[in-house]
Amino acid sequence: MPSLENNYVIRASNLKKSFGDFTAVDGIDFTVTKGESFGLLGPNGAGKSTTMRMISATMERTSGELEILGLDPKQRAPQIRSHLGVVPQQDHLDNELTVADNLYIYGRYFGLSRKYLKPKMEELLDFAQLQEKRNEKTESLSGGMKRRLTIARGLINEPEILMLDEPTTGLDPQARHILWDRLFRLKEDGVTLILTTHYMDEAEQLCDRLVVMDGGKIMAEGSPSGLISQYSSKEVLELRFGSNRNAEMAPKLEAYGDRLEILPDRILVYCADAEAVLEKVNHDGLKPMTSLVRRSSLEDVFLRLTGRTLVE
Amino acid sequence: MSTVSREVTWRSSLYAIEHRLIIQRKWLKSIILFGVGNPTLYLLSIGAGIGSLVNKHSNGVDGVKYLTFLAPALLANAAIQSAMTETMFPTLAGFIWNKTYFGLRSTPVSGKQIANGVLGSALLQILFTNGIYWLILWGFGAMDHPGSWLTYVITSWSGFCVGAVMLYVASMIGSDDGFMAIVNRFVMMPMFLFSGTFYPLSSLPMYVRWIGYASPLWHATELGRWASYGHSISGGVIAIHFIYISSWLVLGITFAHRRFMKRLAK
Repeated sequence: MPSLENNYVIRASNLKKSFGDFTAVDGIDFTVTKGESFGLLGPNGAGKSTTMRMISATMERTSGELEILGLDPKQRAPQIRSHLGVVPQQDHLDNELTVADNLYIYGRYFGLSRKYLKPKMEELLDFAQLQEKRNEKTESLSGGMKRRLTIARGLINEPEILMLDEPTTGLDPQARHILWDRLFRLKEDGVTLILTTHYMDEAEQLCDRLVVMDGGKIMAEGSPSGLISQYSSKEVLELRFGSNRNAEMAPKLEAYGDRLEILPDRILVYCADAEAVLEKVNHDGLKPMTSLVRRSSLEDVFLRLTGRTLVE
Repeated sequence: MSTVSREVTWRSSLYAIEHRLIIQRKWLKSIILFGVGNPTLYLLSIGAGIGSLVNKHSNGVDGVKYLTFLAPALLANAAIQSAMTETMFPTLAGFIWNKTYFGLRSTPVSGKQIANGVLGSALLQILFTNGIYWLILWGFGAMDHPGSWLTYVITSWSGFCVGAVMLYVASMIGSDDGFMAIVNRFVMMPMFLFSGTFYPLSSLPMYVRWIGYASPLWHATELGRWASYGHSISGGVIAIHFIYISSWLVLGITFAHRRFMKRLAK
């Protein structure tokens, strides 16, 4: 593999992907440094998965430049793929094989020897907490177990970059936390993680840096805390007046915070001290049905940038 | 940089074969039972039963006893059936039922190599089951001429060539709505009935004889009969039969490669 300029494992410049008249990814620029945990955040249809497919050297770009580990995927796709670990949105496990055989045969496709695979499989079965299920067909596994097996499968070749496309979508909270723990361990081991998600808590937990995408474009880039401080206030007061009264009450609330966001079910008041604003709202007799004081999140950043919530 | 040794070579096709063999492992008993049971029952009922009737009334067909005449056609048909099963089922599973091929595209293997692997494993299966069939035919005395072993090679090759086209056909299917049943009823069955399997093709009226001419089974059967008991055909016709059958391999694998690559790039 060639030496990496500025330690960039990924470098995209004016990267585009079109399907006929539809432009899925519209001229994006970004870099990812070795060992970094990088997130692509956005709603369905934002272009995250298409970007992931291009980075994972399984889909050709329409135009622009892209370098993965110093190589152009248009010319060296199989070589690039041999150094990547991919956890796709759908597990695509082989239901005709056992848990252990799924790991084994996936490793063989990387040209890995049986001698290497034997201890590696044991290590990954431990990592995924699937030792007891090793001889069972994948059909019998729960959603969380399948996801852990897919992550273990993605690690079989000790990848330079692990790519995870919505790794926890459809999982219950407990399974999500187990997965996050596994991903933290990889991060600590210095594996570069590329992650797409539309869960802002996941992005905040796992990403050192992220881009917010919408309509195939990058809307903002930075660390989760940096983006929040740049695009949102410190705190948020959520007020519910009942769906018919939210719009009516909005003009009366304009003076209470730095900015308002009127959603169908609630009004968000962006401010530095939400407790103080709530006290003032109550004191002035505006009488919300319910109220919630919370710190700003990436969801607020996304609302600010696109006018839409992340999960739709 | 990881120190793991990775290979990106033509050998990826072999890993695709290994993948199929691991899956086949659990079916080994069924494969052997079917491989032995199917031809044995068939030969007892059609070969020995109908054969004794034919031999009694017409002194055999094409100058040999009926079972000897029938055997190459049965062997060719078994090879083609085996090829169909071993190319279409894995391809449908890989693209539609389990979508495992979409998981494999994240590895260095290409769509072309997956296609090669499926066809390669089909060849192994054909060689295995056809070998059993040939031995049973030999046991029934239907393969006792000196060149009979060549019938095994010719029919296995024919199955392999037809398998390439089946591979392409299966890779074209977007959603599985009983496609295998349609192929069985409207392609395989007419081919079996109208390819001179049970009687010389020349016995059929012209308006159905074309099915035999177009069918790779008839071409394989003709070559098999030539090798098995010296059925009379000229060198030129032998070449035409061989080229026709082999063209199925060339066309099938060329289009299958394109289709596998295109479908996995989506």
